[in-house]
Amino acid sequence: MRKHICFIGLLLVTSLLFSCGSPQDSEIATDSSTGESTENLESVELDGDSRTLKILYWQAPSILNPYLSSGTKDIESSSLIVEPLARYDSADGEMVPWLASDIPTMENGGLASDYRSITWKLRTDIIWSDGTPFTADDVVFTWMYCSNEEFGCVSSNAFKDVAQVVAVDTHTVRVEFTKPMYFPYGPFVGSLTPIIQKEQFKDCLGAAAQACTDQNFNPVGTGPFMVEDFKANDVITFVANPNYREEGKPYFQKVIFKGGGEASSAARAVLETGEFDYAWNLQVEPEVLEGMQDTGNGELLTGFGSNVERIMVNQTNNDSSLGRDRRSLYLDGTNPHPFLSDRNVRRALSLAINRSILVEVGYGDTGQPMCNVIPAPSKFVSDENEECKTQNIEEANRLLDEAGWVRGRDGVREKDGIRLSMLYQTSTNSVRQDTQALVKEWWSQIGVETELRHIDGAVFFGSDQGSPDTLGKFYADVQMYTNNFEGIDPSEYVESWVCEEVPGPHNDWNASNIPRGCSMEFDALVEQLEITEEPQDRIAIIKQINDFVVQNYWEIPLIWRARVSAKSVSLKGVKMNGWDSELWNVADWYRE
Amino acid sequence: MFAIPTLIVISFVLYVLLDLAPSDPTGNLPLTIPPEVREKIRDQLGVNDPIHVGYLKWMRQFFINEPLHFIEQATGLSIGDSSERVRVVSFTTRSPVVDLILDRLPQTLWVVGLSYVVGILIALPIGVISAYKQYSWFDQIGTFVSMVGFSVPTFFTGLLLIILFSSTLGWLPSIYDTTLRVTDFSSFWEQVKQMIMPVTVLAFYNAAQLSRFMRASVLENLNQDYVRTARAKGMKDRAILVGHILQNSMLPVVTMIALGVPTIFSGAIITEQIFRVNGLGHLLIHAIQNGDIYLIQSLTFIFAVLIVLFNLIADLLYGVLDPRIKYT
Repeated sequence: MRKHICFIGLLLVTSLLFSCGSPQDSEIATDSSTGESTENLESVELDGDSRTLKILYWQAPSILNPYLSSGTKDIESSSLIVEPLARYDSADGEMVPWLASDIPTMENGGLASDYRSITWKLRTDIIWSDGTPFTADDVVFTWMYCSNEEFGCVSSNAFKDVAQVVAVDTHTVRVEFTKPMYFPYGPFVGSLTPIIQKEQFKDCLGAAAQACTDQNFNPVGTGPFMVEDFKANDVITFVANPNYREEGKPYFQKVIFKGGGEASSAARAVLETGEFDYAWNLQVEPEVLEGMQDTGNGELLTGFGSNVERIMVNQTNNDSSLGRDRRSLYLDGTNPHPFLSDRNVRRALSLAINRSILVEVGYGDTGQPMCNVIPAPSKFVSDENEECKTQNIEEANRLLDEAGWVRGRDGVREKDGIRLSMLYQTSTNSVRQDTQALVKEWWSQIGVETELRHIDGAVFFGSDQGSPDTLGKFYADVQMYTNNFEGIDPSEYVESWVCEEVPGPHNDWNASNIPRGCSMEFDALVEQLEITEEPQDRIAIIKQINDFVVQNYWEIPLIWRARVSAKSVSLKGVKMNGWDSELWNVADWYRE
Repeated sequence: MFAIPTLIVISFVLYVLLDLAPSDPTGNLPLTIPPEVREKIRDQLGVNDPIHVGYLKWMRQFFINEPLHFIEQATGLSIGDSSERVRVVSFTTRSPVVDLILDRLPQTLWVVGLSYVVGILIALPIGVISAYKQYSWFDQIGTFVSMVGFSVPTFFTGLLLIILFSSTLGWLPSIYDTTLRVTDFSSFWEQVKQMIMPVTVLAFYNAAQLSRFMRASVLENLNQDYVRTARAKGMKDRAILVGHILQNSMLPVVTMIALGVPTIFSGAIITEQIFRVNGLGHLLIHAIQNGDIYLIQSLTFIFAVLIVLFNLIADLLYGVLDPRIKYT
């Protein structure tokens, strides 16, 4: 009997261990009589609920200091708190003054005639959420903070040509550059370089930035909301900033910013169950989204920026037998790809693709067929390459026949013992795998054999030196992903295809010319762009550069991709933005 | 005592594996961030440190700095140069790993722990009755249900419940709200509502496994000599079952239960992901996706410690349950 009691005691102890801290358990059964009163409570809360905005990002924010972010989710969640001097508008990326009173131009004297400095006039009515005034010192401090050598600032690229930032008076800031900048709106514009408060971050310069957890989790800002509670990698609770500059805004008194899960269930939470008001980045097959929209709870939002899904065509030999010191390396042009160095083959590959079907299957309203690597803003878009929008398998076959690639017994073309057999890699994502399968089928119709491969995104987009599977190593014949440029000016982006940028061990594969195309003619165009001042001439050169890349088929553009998010029907005032943070105008959002 | 070298070896193997894995903490940054900037961030984080440097750094932070920090917090004393001491810091949040883990522990214990308890409470009676009434309709149904529970993955049952109770009927929330504070009855009811689905899914899965185990264990004992003797003495069936068989057959089951406890802490990765419970399992997945080596290392090491610890507890439980087993 004694043993018996002992055993029961043990069971009890184990169950107590698990249920400790839950003394309310017994209340469920006894308290059912009070159901009426809870109903009343709910109706009282309803008014508070309508003033609560619930945002769902399936990647959970980790930190609220955008300068230390590890992904877009951190940059966008912090855009509710900290703001830049100017933002990009939702339509075609026009700049709108935000913390500045206007956009500096040559006409209003904000821009120096030698393009070596730009002077921003700040709004005088801005107050930080802690009640102190926002001044030029904060802007100067932000530059010092991010450009500190020991820091590892995510946005440091925006400041790389900045010589210094000077506070002319309390509300005027002059940014001086080390060279003439024909597009001087890089620093302090857009979601990557918002202004942080000097007072709060003054002890966080350089290496000390890492230890400033309180500051990084709860930055003081000028934006419509401030942090009430932040659970890293999980959920942020924001409350309205009482010192926000516009009377009566923001409409919402509270924002719940939840993270985690994956895209399709995030879409469901807005479109189907209506538990959330806004869900971010829903790259899900269009038919899935369509089915969810039928309930009428929510609608999809699309914002086109500069994202283009494209196929990169490797110009160097990536044969696995070559070994680490030759494989996919340019080696001054001595290591060309056995068949992709033939422009006819590359052109045929592009002609064989039916971009409209790719859009229909994988993107729906969130994509458009695209033949340029620079899809927007409209003034930079070339109209020379429309050919690619119609699939032309006959022409592709003719090109290959003419170039001497003859079909073998198995239908795969070959010449001089070289077979048109390729490895096609991309990141793991169901839409990308559908695209791969379709493209493989079209390429088989022109006698090109394709082996498909997909790699986990964290590895493919990572740049681990030891990994053979990164996009920088490019150990494949063709690879597909989406690339874009920061902001609205592609001047820096177009430099990515110069010979110097070809990745290899000399730069630890940290370079941007992924297709490894290299041409003197192209480099000359880029050099010319660097010394061209007149905006119209610059636009013309940028178009030429775009055409060069596309017509040489270093990259085969496929689809102009929109950002796609969803909002509930009751949420109004949302202006989807493809250029800045999607939440850029959250102060204007309201519920009807 | 043998456990300590085991754990050190485990921690080293873990670190080597993580270091060799092709993950990159800057991999999720927008592609517009140029490669040189990424390289600088990695340098700053210490990703590019040689493997032994990284490992020793983690050892020092985890085994010396963290306990010292804890002692300082608990006693208010300051030992040595405490402001210069670096704690184990996550790459993505730049905040101490231990704080992140403590932040996540409550929801994991609540949801996964409760489902474990519920699972046990369902499984034990079902297991005993199915064995006692072998091949009865109860046993047949029990066998069928537990087979289904065991073989249908939680991501399927989870989605099924969401579609049924959230999308179609709209009764239960599909997203777990970790900011909810239980202060009164209505918030308590909210908490219950959001826990129903994840707890059910996990409890179903746990119960399926355990009830089969319990049934087998009871069956084995039913044919033993001592049961026949007890029957011959004229004891009632119920008394034999509760007084003798149950006690003997609990021995392996309690071991199973004890060994399963560490899995509560490691969270139910998939279920947490589906319902967005964001407990330790989600933290681990998030860390893996973001190449957050120190966070993965610390988490998996803590899991390893728990597994070793509960193995020890299971061993000690043997001695308590069965006095014939003596440790010398």
